[in-house]
Amino acid sequence: MSASSLPKTGLPAAAVPEVALKVETPFRRFVSEFFESKTATVGLIVFVSLVLIALLAPFIAPQNPYDLAQLDIMDGRMEPGTVGGAGFTYFLGTDDQGRDMLSGIMYGLRISLTVGIGSAFIACMVGASLGLLAAYAGGRTDSVIMRLVDLQLSFPSILAALMILAFLGKGITNVVLALVIVEWAYYARTVRGTALVERRREYIEAAQCLALPTHRVIFRHLLPNCMPPLIVVGTMQIARAIALEATLSFLGLGVPITEPSLGLLISNGYEYMLSGKYWISFYPGIALLVTIVSINLVGDHLRDVLNPRLKK
Amino acid sequence: MKQTLQAALLAAVSAFGLTAFVPAQAQNVQSVTIAVGAQVTSLDPHYHALSPNYAVAEMLFGALAGFDAHGRIQPGLAESWRPVSESVWEFKLRPNVRFHNGNAFTAEDVAFTVARVPTVPNSPSSYALYTRAIKSVEVVDPMTVRFHTEGPYPNLPNDLAQVSMLDRETHDGAATEDFNSGKVAIGAGPYRFVSFRSGDRLELARNEEYWGPKPAFERVSYRIMTNNAARMAAVLSGDVDMIDQVPTTDIARLRREERVRLSEADGLRVIFLGLDNSHPEGSPFITDNDGKPLTVNPLHDVRVRRALNMSIDRNAIVERVMEGSAIPTAQFLPPGTFGYVPGLEPVRPDLNAARKLLADAGYPNGFRMTLHGPNDRYINDARIIQAVGQMWTRIGVRTAVEGQPWTTFVARAGRQEFSAFLAGWGTASGEASSPLRSLTATYTRDRGWGGSNRGRYSNPAADAKLEAALRELDDAKREVLLQEATRITMEDVGIMPIHIQKNVWALRPGLAHEARADELTRAQDVRPAPAAR
Amino acid sequence: MSLYLLRRLLQAALVMLAMSVIVFVGVYAIGDPVEILISPDADQMERERAIKALGLDLPLWMQYLSFLGNALRGDLGRSFVFNEPALQLILQRMPATLELAFGATIMALIIGIPLGLYAGLKPKSFGAKCIMTGSILGFSLPTFWVGLMLIMVFAVQLGWLPSTGRGETVDVMGMRWSFLTWDGLRHLAMPALNLALFKISLVIRLTRAGVRETMLMDFVKFARAKGLTNRRVISVHVFKNIMIPVVTVVGLELGSTIAFSVVTESVFAWPGMGKLIIDSINVLDRPVIVAYLMIIVLMFITINLLVDLSYSALDPRVRLENK
Repeated sequence: MSASSLPKTGLPAAAVPEVALKVETPFRRFVSEFFESKTATVGLIVFVSLVLIALLAPFIAPQNPYDLAQLDIMDGRMEPGTVGGAGFTYFLGTDDQGRDMLSGIMYGLRISLTVGIGSAFIACMVGASLGLLAAYAGGRTDSVIMRLVDLQLSFPSILAALMILAFLGKGITNVVLALVIVEWAYYARTVRGTALVERRREYIEAAQCLALPTHRVIFRHLLPNCMPPLIVVGTMQIARAIALEATLSFLGLGVPITEPSLGLLISNGYEYMLSGKYWISFYPGIALLVTIVSINLVGDHLRDVLNPRLKK
Repeated sequence: MKQTLQAALLAAVSAFGLTAFVPAQAQNVQSVTIAVGAQVTSLDPHYHALSPNYAVAEMLFGALAGFDAHGRIQPGLAESWRPVSESVWEFKLRPNVRFHNGNAFTAEDVAFTVARVPTVPNSPSSYALYTRAIKSVEVVDPMTVRFHTEGPYPNLPNDLAQVSMLDRETHDGAATEDFNSGKVAIGAGPYRFVSFRSGDRLELARNEEYWGPKPAFERVSYRIMTNNAARMAAVLSGDVDMIDQVPTTDIARLRREERVRLSEADGLRVIFLGLDNSHPEGSPFITDNDGKPLTVNPLHDVRVRRALNMSIDRNAIVERVMEGSAIPTAQFLPPGTFGYVPGLEPVRPDLNAARKLLADAGYPNGFRMTLHGPNDRYINDARIIQAVGQMWTRIGVRTAVEGQPWTTFVARAGRQEFSAFLAGWGTASGEASSPLRSLTATYTRDRGWGGSNRGRYSNPAADAKLEAALRELDDAKREVLLQEATRITMEDVGIMPIHIQKNVWALRPGLAHEARADELTRAQDVRPAPAAR
Repeated sequence: MSLYLLRRLLQAALVMLAMSVIVFVGVYAIGDPVEILISPDADQMERERAIKALGLDLPLWMQYLSFLGNALRGDLGRSFVFNEPALQLILQRMPATLELAFGATIMALIIGIPLGLYAGLKPKSFGAKCIMTGSILGFSLPTFWVGLMLIMVFAVQLGWLPSTGRGETVDVMGMRWSFLTWDGLRHLAMPALNLALFKISLVIRLTRAGVRETMLMDFVKFARAKGLTNRRVISVHVFKNIMIPVVTVVGLELGSTIAFSVVTESVFAWPGMGKLIIDSINVLDRPVIVAYLMIIVLMFITINLLVDLSYSALDPRVRLENK
């Protein structure tokens, strides 16, 4: 933290006005603090690259692994570097269905990230709204919402997700839905905790005294001040959601078998680990690991940057 | 408090002394540890008709008849049987058989057992199925018993092979829990009960008084390990001496592995595809190429069924997906069983002929369909449907594939919600009337036909042959009728058999195992390998 | 105070009631237990008999009411599969799971605290950075994957530890425990480590954060100014201070550890409650699923209540808020 004081305090006196202005905005400060950490920067770069790969997968992948017509089981379980029947090289080998692992991982990344980011985003919206409502309204509303949170948190998330998916059936939307149902409570609890503290602050009282409409007080004043912990929880929950989806797919629920996510690719291939065909499970495992680690590196550092208690 | 602590420490020390310095493998040659992949749910042999329970019952109890390794019926607690009239079977019991507690086995015990079977409370799957044909039991003398049936019932010996015999004196009023706790886990089988921890392990000791060939091992530890990778690791690391249900993915490697050897047999379980025959006005998962529902069900047209059947390359599935541990088939049972049709071979895959059949049926551009299947039930089930999906897509039937857990799958399949689905059928009795009656016979509640006919296929000609077979006491004539029924069903593509699974066990090199067609893993089938050198 | 307790207990009862309704409807929606349990050979008549035998022929609300009635008398129903009281089945498996959860917790504390202390005291060192990156790995690695890798390395390749299952047990107070035998401990090591991985990371991070915050506090500065050795400052003053949050969180986590042992238990074939619940879900053994979830909920509620109560006893501000 000591290094960060240099650009902040050293420059303004001598600098031209616009530089001084730049330095002053909290966002700028936040950005510069964030990039101080090398690991977090690397994490962010890796994560952004992964998102790009996922977005561009249909254009850069050698094969569409979801099109059964493009697969041939006679090409199944080929070692990395083999040239298959379709005429291109399987750089990372193929799985039991003759699916090019490189393409499979690119598309799998798409599914995993969609599920992770999508569920975290929706859960965040739902959870944050309810958490704010609970904190702001208090009383009976608060009690009901928080008991719901207790109910949710008292239910092991893996079991809840299993039950929900068994009930809804497979599918990406259903997985997202299940993860939202499982995860909204974390956001609600976080936001309520922060909001309870913030609510007693003077600026909220001031806003209330001005007779601003409730929704305005909540969303324009209370919410922005609850953002830092929410961002931290959100990032971590993306990683958690991706891992949870992988576990669900491993247990046989989750995304459809013809559209494998990273977790399902691992689970499809893990039986081959003992028989020496490591690539079917190994490379998706690495991809999953890199994804989750990069997100967690970013989230971890965000926590440090956004935590006021660690600042001098 | 102090005392309990002391006791605990003492126990810890003594257990430490016993086990710490003895490597697991060298403990002694007199015991064998077997890990099985399926859950034993109860030791009560009449509570839950399930093959792992049946395997345990064969070790502890034993039935009047049994099956040999190839699924052929053979004498058990009865030495012989014959029909004495159209509706009466006579069984001669084996003399001098005693239960583990010393009680003699007599005809009274048979009558008691048959009476107990339908009365076991809360049974989720009753053995009454196998005693229902019996109208009354007549005890002729202590070693002779007669079963009266409603009309001719040729399958009685097969049915009674599933029913473990109990002792009237010991088991009168015995509850399922008393079996699980070991209190009344007393039978006439080759092993006696030592301890049982549900979901974990069953410990057995050899019954020195057993009437049959003496088992090789004095002690058996029968462990339940449902996770494939865990079971594999256990045998590779030497923690257990034998495992069953070796994953096909590991077979190729294990053949080269020195730490284990394989024991395999052609099984009695056929993997097949069922087709929707219950929605003439359009099947739930079939649409035209633009995604609009069709107003007729193409699967009602035998040409479409043949085209789909013809496009499946069974050899490729067996070789690539099953890694050789299955045999391609076009019928219910493997060669050598009762009702096998010689010469009924899988049709040669021919994509052009298949496309032509589709065009003749009015679908020159094919259609879209979803193929469903379980993903946790049969060996490689989810992989097989994907492979079939590839093959069907090549002839223009664009196939989506959906695998789901058995729990959801079986409920939906039972409600005719699918257009095409994968399922399996294990014929424990090794006799073709079982699949013909349950899988492909017209669904008729009163007769108990078509209980597992989830596609609601119906073929009156096959039904007629089956009906005749079920009342024919002459084995030769019955077999011909069953073969004819099978041929009619298969030529009409009532179902599409894909392959018959092989059953594979892996064991330590010093052991020998007689592999069984019926998938049962029994301790009496294992013995030390004859010294080769 | 007693009013507060009463209200919490009432809420707990409501939560459990809601849970049982959800599970009932959920299992009903998933599928039909009879379809799964019954022998494929069974015909339609046999199916109908089985449905009746398990009481599944009644409308769902009647099934629920009869369950509720029995539950009030302490009877949570009999397992469809094992035909034994569901509660008894679960309690039989409980020692195995508790052993695993406590093993993992102890491992997490023994490994996590020293590493966390080091990382907190020397935050700029290479070692600390390694530890922190390692802890992120601990958070990120999916449990099932780590479990399989552990088996591959330690059981199959190296042959040091038994691959799966539970070892020799000893009967103490009517329950079977395996941690009192050498064989049992060998079997316990890998699954406990697998389950502990996440918690080790958690403990490292809590400890590190605690150390970093505490080191800046006045009493530490004061202690140092007094001339106490660095060793004494850390071992007495800092350590005491960070142990409170660490122990609280780890205690709270115990409940979720027990719940999460589901995955570890199925990878290592560990015969605990988690294995039982997965098996039960696979065969839709509703009485066991319901009973298991009720027990888990009860456990969570109790732990939370205890934590709240001890807080209100320790921290006067919390007590004020409750009045």
